[in-house]
Amino acid sequence: MAVIAYWEAIRRAHDEELANDPMVIAMGEDIGVAGGTYKATQGLYDKYGPERVIDTPISENSYTGIGIGASMAGMRPIIEIMSINFALLALDTIINAAAKIRYMSGGRVQCPIVIRTPGGTAHQLAAQHSARLARMFMSTAGLRVVTPRGPLDAYGMLKSAVRCNDPVIVIEHEQMYNLKEEVPDEEFFRPLEGAEVVREGEDITLIGYNYSVHLCLEAARRLEADGISAEVIDLRALKPIDRETIRRSVEKTHRVLVAEEDEAPVGVGSEIITGIIEDCFFALDAQPVRIHAADVPVPYAENLEKAAIPDADDVYQGALKVMGRI
Amino acid sequence: MNEADRKRLLREMMFYRRFEDRCFEAYMERKIGGFLHLYSGQEAVATGVLEKARVNRGTDGDYVITGYRDHIHAIKTGAPPREVMAELYGKETGSSRGRGGSMHIFDPTVNFMGGYALVGQPFPLAAGLALACKHKSTDQIAICFLGDGANNQGTFHETMNMASIWDLPVLFVCENNQYAIGTRIDRSTAVTDQYKRMCAYNIEASQHDGMDIDVVMEAAEKAIDYVRGKRRPYFIEFMTYRFRGHSMSDAKGYRTREEEKEWEKRDPIRIFSARLIEEGVITPEDIKAMEKEIDDEIENDIVRFAEESPPPKVEDLTRYVLDDNPDPRWIGPLQK
Repeated sequence: MAVIAYWEAIRRAHDEELANDPMVIAMGEDIGVAGGTYKATQGLYDKYGPERVIDTPISENSYTGIGIGASMAGMRPIIEIMSINFALLALDTIINAAAKIRYMSGGRVQCPIVIRTPGGTAHQLAAQHSARLARMFMSTAGLRVVTPRGPLDAYGMLKSAVRCNDPVIVIEHEQMYNLKEEVPDEEFFRPLEGAEVVREGEDITLIGYNYSVHLCLEAARRLEADGISAEVIDLRALKPIDRETIRRSVEKTHRVLVAEEDEAPVGVGSEIITGIIEDCFFALDAQPVRIHAADVPVPYAENLEKAAIPDADDVYQGALKVMGRI
Repeated sequence: MNEADRKRLLREMMFYRRFEDRCFEAYMERKIGGFLHLYSGQEAVATGVLEKARVNRGTDGDYVITGYRDHIHAIKTGAPPREVMAELYGKETGSSRGRGGSMHIFDPTVNFMGGYALVGQPFPLAAGLALACKHKSTDQIAICFLGDGANNQGTFHETMNMASIWDLPVLFVCENNQYAIGTRIDRSTAVTDQYKRMCAYNIEASQHDGMDIDVVMEAAEKAIDYVRGKRRPYFIEFMTYRFRGHSMSDAKGYRTREEEKEWEKRDPIRIFSARLIEEGVITPEDIKAMEKEIDDEIENDIVRFAEESPPPKVEDLTRYVLDDNPDPRWIGPLQK
């Protein structure tokens, strides 16, 4: 076991998968010679060469499309898109092509491609570098969407994503690349489906994904001091969603909060709470609460940004509201 | 090329024309739904280029990909015409099991990697197929057929640039029929000779008559040899004309009857059949007999197959969204 950072976990998964299968390649802006904006491919250009760790021009839609085309012919490209905002440029090839080719070919052609991209706010990057957008991908049939919360999943889920035969969107987070966790030295895989109870509790269920899991965990620690036992679920995958794990938890705690860093409309919270209403409405003892960003383009000014994006205190206050304490 | 092959090529083009006409009829009878884009008038391009490519050789052949006007490209690449027709009828026996329709014909058993409705989307997909050929060090190439209208998409510029810097073995075939749906090329495009645009990407390019299959074949052979041998992209432009509208809902109000008549004189089937008659390869009577044979085949084999095939089962609605037999090691469930 070694304690490694999120970026090192991604780098290790790349390294092992490139070594394991000659059909695996990595593509993206600055991932080769420059080693990657988040260091996720550091050193791999020297190790595997320019044919397998490919620096692309700033042409998101078409280099993603090239990856998709290569995957149709048996390759397994891992594409890095530097920011989820830039993934908007590639929506045509991701949503109109990768997500639909298996279906519209009657299952005869598949696109085993992995698209990694950080979705989330960092520090004062302003509106065009702070999108989260998980909700857009989770609403598209034909994609898998995963949101690793730490190095263990970042490594294990990326490895599974490379082996899986479906297009997988891996949503990372700029504020998590240096987050550290103990990771086994031997190779392992983490599945692309299934939510995980990361903290057991009795009184309320806090549901998060990606960065917001950490907000939920911090809120849970504060709630404990107030005598409230919070269970925390990491969704891990936004498509498909593991409704069973959520139902079991809500039937135990009877209270639920969903924390997302994104804006609320048509979002993760809306989807999860709708599922709870459909699956276990009568288990609820209180109205569910969504914690989410303000419905504004993310502002630059530090105080405005802080006001726009939820933090652990917002989750904590929201949980108190669900508990009827405020 | 020997006489038998030349005769076969004429028959192929006649077959393609009749196939598309029969699709038109089936559409009018509401047997075919959705959008239907017919290839009539442009037959010499796909027939001539693919005649010189390595097609119909299973998965060892060249990759072929195109836009939504895709029936004939699929058939010439090796997709069985019965399956193409069954696809248009929305049947389980169709090329895409009835899930794709006219614009999305796929047959990976012959490396026909699809028809796509997003104009210009096949450019990067084709380059990706070529990247795979390069990566696997095979001598396969990728061939991408698209119209002139597609060349005003961002994917055109982005892909040409990458195909060039990465030395991808891809042949871009531009079927310049001079109309982007209903907008004439000089009204939509700053440089109307499409091959000239390739100087921006350092890609070899040329322009040819797309109505004369002999011209098409000669140019295509050189271009394909270049791509296969040099492992570099090539852009080949063929001047052509579609005799029908963009799709079935097109009244063709954007072009004159005079212009259409001028191009109809250059009908690729008329040009090639006249030449074969002149060369003594075939007689008008042979052509008549061929027409009848084609009619019989289309009616009694192809259309009948499509008519009699079952539609997909409704209980299979959600098949093919994701891998239907995923490996639990990658997918789960999560060990608690």
